[in-house]
Amino acid sequence: MSDATAPKAVAGPLNFLDDRLGSTNFFQRNVKKVFPDHWSFMLGEIALYSFVILLLTGTFLTLWFHPSMEEVVYNGSYTKLKGVQMSEAYSSALHISFDVRGGLLMRQIHHWAAVLFMASILAHMLRVFFTGAYRKPRELNWLIGINMFILGMLEGLFGYSLPDDLLSGTGLRITQGVAESIPLVGTYIYMFLFGGEFPAGQYGDLIPRLYAIHILLIPGVILGLVTAHMMIMWHQKHTAMPSKNQSNEQVYGYPFYPVFMAKTGAYFLFTFGVLALLGAFAQINPIWLFGPYDPGAISSGSQPDWYMGVLEGALRLMPGQGTEWVIWGHTISLNVLIPATVPLGIVFGGAMAWPFIEQWVTGDKRRHDINDRPRNAPVRTAIGMAAVTFYGLLWLAGANDVLADKFHVSLFGTTWFFRFAIFIGPVVAYIVTKRICLGLQRKDAAVAGHGVEAGIIVMAPDGGFSERHEPAREDEMIKILSKEKARAEAPAVDANGIPAPSQKGPMGHLRSRLQRAMTFDDIPIEEHGEGHGEGHGHGDEKAVGSGSGKQLGH
Amino acid sequence: MSDNNDTAGSHEPREDGGSRRVVGTPSSVGERTLLAKDDDEGYPAPAGAGEELDEKSAKNAERVVAAFFLLAFAASVAFIAYYIGWSGRNGGMHGVTRTRESNLWLGGTMALAMLALAVGVTIWVRRLMTSKPIIQERHEMASSAETRAAFEADVLAGGEDSGITKRPLLRRTLLLAAAPLGLAPLVLLRDLGPLPEKRLRHTFWGEAVKKAKAEGKKGVRLVVDGTNAPLKVSDFNSPGGMITVLPEGIEETHEAANEIAKAVTILINVPAEQFKPVKGRENWHVNGVVAYSKICTHVGCPAALYEQTTHHILCPCHQSTFDATDGAKVVFGPAHRPLPQLPLGVEDGYLIATDDFPEPIGPSFWERG
Repeated sequence: MSDATAPKAVAGPLNFLDDRLGSTNFFQRNVKKVFPDHWSFMLGEIALYSFVILLLTGTFLTLWFHPSMEEVVYNGSYTKLKGVQMSEAYSSALHISFDVRGGLLMRQIHHWAAVLFMASILAHMLRVFFTGAYRKPRELNWLIGINMFILGMLEGLFGYSLPDDLLSGTGLRITQGVAESIPLVGTYIYMFLFGGEFPAGQYGDLIPRLYAIHILLIPGVILGLVTAHMMIMWHQKHTAMPSKNQSNEQVYGYPFYPVFMAKTGAYFLFTFGVLALLGAFAQINPIWLFGPYDPGAISSGSQPDWYMGVLEGALRLMPGQGTEWVIWGHTISLNVLIPATVPLGIVFGGAMAWPFIEQWVTGDKRRHDINDRPRNAPVRTAIGMAAVTFYGLLWLAGANDVLADKFHVSLFGTTWFFRFAIFIGPVVAYIVTKRICLGLQRKDAAVAGHGVEAGIIVMAPDGGFSERHEPAREDEMIKILSKEKARAEAPAVDANGIPAPSQKGPMGHLRSRLQRAMTFDDIPIEEHGEGHGEGHGHGDEKAVGSGSGKQLGH
Repeated sequence: MSDNNDTAGSHEPREDGGSRRVVGTPSSVGERTLLAKDDDEGYPAPAGAGEELDEKSAKNAERVVAAFFLLAFAASVAFIAYYIGWSGRNGGMHGVTRTRESNLWLGGTMALAMLALAVGVTIWVRRLMTSKPIIQERHEMASSAETRAAFEADVLAGGEDSGITKRPLLRRTLLLAAAPLGLAPLVLLRDLGPLPEKRLRHTFWGEAVKKAKAEGKKGVRLVVDGTNAPLKVSDFNSPGGMITVLPEGIEETHEAANEIAKAVTILINVPAEQFKPVKGRENWHVNGVVAYSKICTHVGCPAALYEQTTHHILCPCHQSTFDATDGAKVVFGPAHRPLPQLPLGVEDGYLIATDDFPEPIGPSFWERG
């Protein structure tokens, strides 16, 4: 379109804005912004679009929902609950479901979108972690992301508590019990959150408060964080997977306008379309079946939404005997306090600290725009898998009654299994993952050093058979050679024999030991010169000779 | 992670259209994507985004895209038509059947519209767009040392000019003024709720018993949750039974919902020969009929499941398990303390409670002691 002029309808408003804001400078700089491609880069987009859909459907729901604990007698069109006393919140949720056209659809899309929002954030976080995309300069976005996940958990808990049905009341009851276990201020937090005693407090304040938090405070904060997340990503440019033309100096891919814009627009529609499909055909949270909240009633198999399952599992696993202490007339209820805080504290606290721990141990403070392949950072990948195992086991333990029922095993047996698995599982996962990573590195070293088995068997003059190896394709080689050699340990003393500051003291020793543990079994991957085809694809690091290592980007 | 570890099997879609393989024969060397190709072009163009469009196939693709867009149009029109024309018939949506119908129609057409549009746009991008991949520079994030130094100088100079650095009285009084102003909003939150005081220590049972005793009775009657009917001893005489009871008159209290949430109690008929009363509570049961708080001592769910054969009370939330024959002692799970027991008696043939629970019910808390 180089010789065509823009139509007046486009040029007019653009010039209007530009005259006043100079906005065309900005548009010109960004119109062809490059976005590198990889399927895993779409996970975060799902989270973003789920959030947009949550805002849209949630706004719709607020038009009919009454956040009130006032007792009313239901008189809507769901006949099975006619004449039943319930809170206005529950009654209006029934009204949305059965008397507002499209109301049930929007409720179901809203709930499915919440489930998808959290799931896609988690998947996105795993992608970022395992490829090292959180490394400098992107640590801030990593921290923002974790905080959004934590806020999402709270947002979800408060959201499914709003309809005031039997299941949501049970969730609040547990919230109350956990709040009470906090030392010193527990009962005050309980009283101040509920406005008095569970469930209605003195003036029925709980549901209105949860409502304000759910539709205003937390979404507002998440919206701010999403904006920051996007702007930082835009400014820093997206990371790329190791491939040709990608480096710390340049980024390669399709331009934002028109390709990426169209693709991401289509992706929004895919997300919304799939959620609409779920909302239309897959029932979720059928509150009318649970009935209004009754503090004396409960149904078996009560399950929270998936993202709360990990807390539920932790609460179930903790043995109650020997874990509550009365000291100087004060009760410390570790059987509640520990499972409610420690497991997620380890996972989220560890995740937030990890980029900085890694920097401290490796001493790598450089900028990284090219992602690692997970195998090339075996310790990181293994720690990540240990965390996934830890989280996953707790999550499964949160459904141990369902597991016991479906697989016909003893309920207490499942609890005992998880009580041990939660400690053994992550260790096993760490060891297995690390071995797999190193094995894959050896394989890469073999390909880099000897080439690929060509499938051609050659007979030597003396009668021996061997398979010919040929060099791998260039883009495969770029991928394989993207592994950096492990950084040499910082010398303990400098040239004059004076101990280096970073090696001194107990912290310095710890740092050296951790660095050694992280790198001692590193497998250098180097390219052979042409013509090497010894026919033995042994990946042993010693068999790989030296060659001109071709490094990409760094 | 898409790291394809298979040296021989990385089947990325390729543009070069290698010769067709006969099923059952080994793949030809040329198809092994790991091997170097002579005409290596490096970065495999994500299929589509064709740089040179074959006009015929482009025309074809355009028709396919248009078909999807038309489908999306039709679905959206159907959505609106259903809403206006059908969903409101006979006075609008009422009841389960009509809700289900409306949900399927509205949701189905909405999903179809969006998915068709999405598929159409995707094909458009992949088959019709002629943009080429481009390279852009990445920049160092950090500002130059000069910029940093200049900024630092400006900030210091500004501090100097404003006087904040050289006038300690100004600085300190400003901080002094800011501190209580920051605290003020926290003070405002004081009325979020009452102080805990002794609220968590008593239930309505105690109040009701006191009132009954003032009227010259021995205790307050148990009423069945749901019907509010007082319970005769003879009504609850089959071993193995369990019901939920409340103190009579609780419905009329000021904060009824809150009182019920604390006072709710399970009544269990344990076979008298297996019942082991706790020391000092020998007369708290009536022929094996025993009452425990229904609120789990773990985090407060209703401990609502009773297993007749083992006499275990199970909380379905976190599976704390209590032995009904043995003072509701914990036999498994995360709870630490037994369910508090309610002292029972008989008056005029009706089951009554003769006192409040001897200890606070429900989850543990700091001041519980």
